[in-house]
Amino acid sequence: MGFHVQHHPPPGPRRRGGAAGAAAGLALAGQAVAEPRAAATPAAPATPDPFDEVYQGRRIKGGPSHGGGHHGGHHAGGYSVTIDGEELHVMQNADGTWISVINHYEPVATPRAVARAAVRELQGAPLVPLTLV
Amino acid sequence: MTVRKNQATLTADEKRRFVNALLELKRSGQYDTFVTTHNAFIMSDTDSGDRVGHRSPSFLPWHRRFLIQFEEALRSVDPAVTLPYWDWTADRTSRSSIWAPDFLGGTGRVRDGQVTDGPFARTGNRWTINVRVDGRDYLRRDLGAGGRQLPTRAEVDSVLAMETYDTAPWNSSSDGFRNHLEGWRGVNLHNRVHVWVGGQMATGVSPNDPVFWLHHAFVDKLWAEWQARHPRSTYLPAAGTANVVDLGDTMRPWNDVTPADMLDHTRHYTFDTAA
Repeated sequence: MGFHVQHHPPPGPRRRGGAAGAAAGLALAGQAVAEPRAAATPAAPATPDPFDEVYQGRRIKGGPSHGGGHHGGHHAGGYSVTIDGEELHVMQNADGTWISVINHYEPVATPRAVARAAVRELQGAPLVPLTLV
Repeated sequence: MTVRKNQATLTADEKRRFVNALLELKRSGQYDTFVTTHNAFIMSDTDSGDRVGHRSPSFLPWHRRFLIQFEEALRSVDPAVTLPYWDWTADRTSRSSIWAPDFLGGTGRVRDGQVTDGPFARTGNRWTINVRVDGRDYLRRDLGAGGRQLPTRAEVDSVLAMETYDTAPWNSSSDGFRNHLEGWRGVNLHNRVHVWVGGQMATGVSPNDPVFWLHHAFVDKLWAEWQARHPRSTYLPAAGTANVVDLGDTMRPWNDVTPADMLDHTRHYTFDTAA
């Protein structure tokens, strides 16, 4: 289960054309994934190749996510990454580079590179569902 | 009037009171609500969808409002406290006084990144990382890892020289002052400092490290410096722009404050130097 399942953005009305804050943004992003890429995200580069490897003792996997909903990579054009089966929240930047919630401020070229960077940063620690207060 | 001071000039008493106010907010649970809010925006702000706190024009007014709210919380604990700023162009090594045990404590140990001295060290048991994305519940840092360098004053000046506040497509690929200050393009100021500190500061839950506030107080000051240098430049976009906060649009999560409301920081605080 990805930790963003438990993610509740601050509530509030959108300024235009939507229902309720960031939650609506997530839903819209999910719809965009199902639409033709050219129409939904004109600047988005092609979906990267899937990968599945053991890196520094951690199983890292990445690939197109299926079924949308809460299990898709909402901000990654339908691409999801896991470390030992736990979802790593990743995001693709407009220039095609990638970041994750673990290495948020330092873009790298591919989802595989962002997964490896997270493994190095975790130093063996498990990803956990985000605890909200 | 609240005066925000360079952290390097704080007296021992000022440092102690600032630290004690942080610890009290942490103890009461208020502190962690700020971490949660920040991460919610980190995760929902996207280059092709709604974006408010990051990678968009409202990066600066959003964080200004966020810091004002945090400063108000600190001052509800101790009215003498204000947010200090960290001029990382000047205090640019892990030996700077900001990282001393009487203030924020130092870098993390090699084995697990754990900060082991100062008021926020695990051993003090007063700074558990509750809002977290991995299993580690202690403050971590890795100051200057890999030989990384903090931005220089010359790099800051090169960004302050940019006349245009922001440009289409109003995201992490934009040209202009905002995105070069935020750091997705060019010499990279703000983002690079998060990475230089490392540990939680490099993650979506970066406010877990109290240096987050001192870093952003300086980023905020740089915005004020840019305004003073470019009196004819203004916040952009003005109106009618999809997915981003125009000058007169309200910002989540407050929904009662616009970038226009945030343009004049002197309504809320001043700096100890001419901005």
